[in-house]
Amino acid sequence: MQIVLSGILKNNPTFVLVLGMCPTLGTTTSAINGMGMGVATMAVLIMSNLVISLIKNLIPDKVRIPAFIVVIASFVTIIQMLIQAYVPSLYASLGVFIPLIVVNCVILGRAEAFASKNGALDSILDGVGIGVGFTLSLTIIGAVRELLGSGAIFGYSFGIADYMPLVFVLAPGAFFVLGYLMVLFNKFAKK
Amino acid sequence: MKSTLFNMVAVLFSITLIASAGVGAVNMITADAIAEANALATKQAVENVLPQFESNETDDMVIDDMAIKIYTAKSGEDIVGYAVESMTKNGFGGVIRLMVGFSPEGKILNVNVLSQAETPGLGTKMCDEGNALISSIQDKDPDDMSFSVKKDGGELDALTAATISSRAYYEAVERANEAFEVVSGAKSAPDSVSGATSTNDNQEGAEAQEGGNNE
Repeated sequence: MQIVLSGILKNNPTFVLVLGMCPTLGTTTSAINGMGMGVATMAVLIMSNLVISLIKNLIPDKVRIPAFIVVIASFVTIIQMLIQAYVPSLYASLGVFIPLIVVNCVILGRAEAFASKNGALDSILDGVGIGVGFTLSLTIIGAVRELLGSGAIFGYSFGIADYMPLVFVLAPGAFFVLGYLMVLFNKFAKK
Repeated sequence: MKSTLFNMVAVLFSITLIASAGVGAVNMITADAIAEANALATKQAVENVLPQFESNETDDMVIDDMAIKIYTAKSGEDIVGYAVESMTKNGFGGVIRLMVGFSPEGKILNVNVLSQAETPGLGTKMCDEGNALISSIQDKDPDDMSFSVKKDGGELDALTAATISSRAYYEAVERANEAFEVVSGAKSAPDSVSGATSTNDNQEGAEAQEGGNNE
């Protein structure tokens, strides 16, 4: 439990570790996109943490990074094919970003910093914690940007889109929202 | 573990072997389902832009290095319309793919955006029902108009603050029209297939250059 909570609060990947900024800034144009990206990342993270913690003693130190990347890339490909086959509508909205999970440094970061030093159960819990933390962060950023930029939340429009500052949906808005949320998070949640 | 040449090679080889076996296995399981999902999506896209039909046949062609598919929809022996899957690479976010429905006489019935990566809230409005783009070309015959937005001296509406997306959209529709003319010409009068594929490329280049202000 401690491990899961630490992933959400003390080691929150977005607001504290500041890892995986590329998908964070790129996919959070709406709450649902942020959430989809977060859940897909969490699925890969849990699987790769599990496998890497199981095979960590078989991998020579010098080639551990390539070995981790191969494991991660395989899971990403598998998840991509599963989404494409069974949830085509999600694939249509997230398709471009799924292969990018491979290079998301949250996943490689946790493989290196946690899974390669801890047991299987702890690694799964770490994957759940960091994954939930990442998903929540992305969903919140996405919700704030969607609300401020296009006057909607989870696609439910309040009919005020024309009066909202569009910049929040564009790339600069991502930095504003991320910055202010980071400030708020560190002020209140980190204690 | 200490690294030696032998164990590095052996471990990396085994990991890649197992990983590729796993990916291959999942691919075998999902290949049919993916093909089915894609076929269903295409079928729905065709049905969206055309009136009721019983069967369709597919033609492929390449215009400006882009693959175009034309579905000729028939009810019995009569052609009820053509759906053209067209694309452009000049969207603000890259490739935009459209399905354009034509009546047998050549009027644009409907346009359906299959995929795009435009700016959310601006260019993505091209997917909405009854947006400015579709309403300025729907039920019109492309032969009677020039495919350029008002900003470029044309007569078509553009999406607010998304001029580049709008230009790309019309460019893809125009390409669909070229393909439609080739196929419909071939189907109704087999002798009259000629030169319809090589119209105004120059114009597109000029448009692309003067872009770059707002989207």
